[in-house]
Amino acid sequence: MSVMTMNALDDAQLAARVAQDIPDGSYVNLGIGKPTYVSAHVPKGREVIFHSENGMLGVGPTPEPGTEDLELIDASKRYVTAAPGAAFFEHSDSFAMMRGGHIDIAVLGAYQVAENGDLANWATLDETYPPAVGGAMDLVVGVPTIFVMMRHVNRDGSPKLLKSCSFPLTGLGVVSRVYTDLAVLDVTPEGFRLVELTDGCSLEEVQAMTEACILT
Amino acid sequence: MDKRVKDLERAVAPVIDGASLMIGGFGSSGIPFGLIDALLEQGASGLTVISNNAGAGETGIAKLLKAGRVAKVICSYPRTPGSIWFEKRFEAGEVNLEVVPQGTLAERIRCAGAGLGGFLTPTAYGTQLAEGKETRVIDGRGYVFEQPLPADFALIRAERGDNWGNLSFHATARNFNPVMAMAAKHTIAEVRELSNDPLDPESVVTPGIFVKSVTEFEVRL
Repeated sequence: MSVMTMNALDDAQLAARVAQDIPDGSYVNLGIGKPTYVSAHVPKGREVIFHSENGMLGVGPTPEPGTEDLELIDASKRYVTAAPGAAFFEHSDSFAMMRGGHIDIAVLGAYQVAENGDLANWATLDETYPPAVGGAMDLVVGVPTIFVMMRHVNRDGSPKLLKSCSFPLTGLGVVSRVYTDLAVLDVTPEGFRLVELTDGCSLEEVQAMTEACILT
Repeated sequence: MDKRVKDLERAVAPVIDGASLMIGGFGSSGIPFGLIDALLEQGASGLTVISNNAGAGETGIAKLLKAGRVAKVICSYPRTPGSIWFEKRFEAGEVNLEVVPQGTLAERIRCAGAGLGGFLTPTAYGTQLAEGKETRVIDGRGYVFEQPLPADFALIRAERGDNWGNLSFHATARNFNPVMAMAAKHTIAEVRELSNDPLDPESVVTPGIFVKSVTEFEVRL
């Protein structure tokens, strides 16, 4: 069975689903790649302050073409703007915010997540490919709530939600909740517990694409 | 006091072969492109480069890698879109790589600048990047001991500077520049605007005590 046969969420829908769970007044760090889409989907009426590891609180929307400031970028190296109330600071302060428990939620991508909350998102087993950790290891030890946002399975159909990770770990037991195109799962002391299925997906179908057991 | 140096060439003249060299910047923001180009001309080689990234495209650190001037890179994120010269040198075994979590990199640099002997961080505990390092459990939580990371030189970029070497920054171009200025024995600053008047003391981010020389290089990017 392929994911294409089911009503998988696209990236924008997945980002919107994650954004629903970010409370008003939160300080949030978005990992590079797909998690950056979350900021565009914050529900109306909520103020969420986005932190960027390269020294900014209050990351605003993408600038209009022609108005980019070449020295105003986010962690994904995209041009951004400063939202009202924004602040700039240097790197050791930025990581003090991350490690020191000042950020409420981080949304990260992942290669693999294990049922005990272990996260692998910085290196594969391919040693010819240079590893790149960035700020991921600092975020996962310091931010109390770690949301992972990813496809449910790899391109070849192999599972990403595992009994234990085979790739090098970013952090041990750090993931709070996983949002995939097929389901939302909480990491509990007993393992992955189903929060919801994407409309049109059955538990049986999703379990078949998940190595770890999904508790209900 | 006058820390102004007339041009970029003179500013980078003291860098010697085999030096450890911090280079400020994150992505394309806050990189001292003028100083890097001058260093390329100057010819120093066998460098250990300490920076967040390892260059992209044909600019900045990528130029030093392309020219074969870099023996080792210490960084958090060497692989970025367009980091072809790093990847080429790495795959050929021509450059050594030490990957350090970004916050640990910043704090190791800060420790060196602040005269500390290291610190305990929960970052990387239990992972491959903590292998071989001292660890300690405090109140049930695991920590990794990390050592200070000093350097012989730092090349940094700021927005404004004055004769005393005081610096202020622009937007996210601040990043690693202030902390690197603290940690190197000889910090060389490139500023977009060298002010004839002293900077307002309230606006100074990097006090001149951390800066050896300051040169104007207007171009942004």
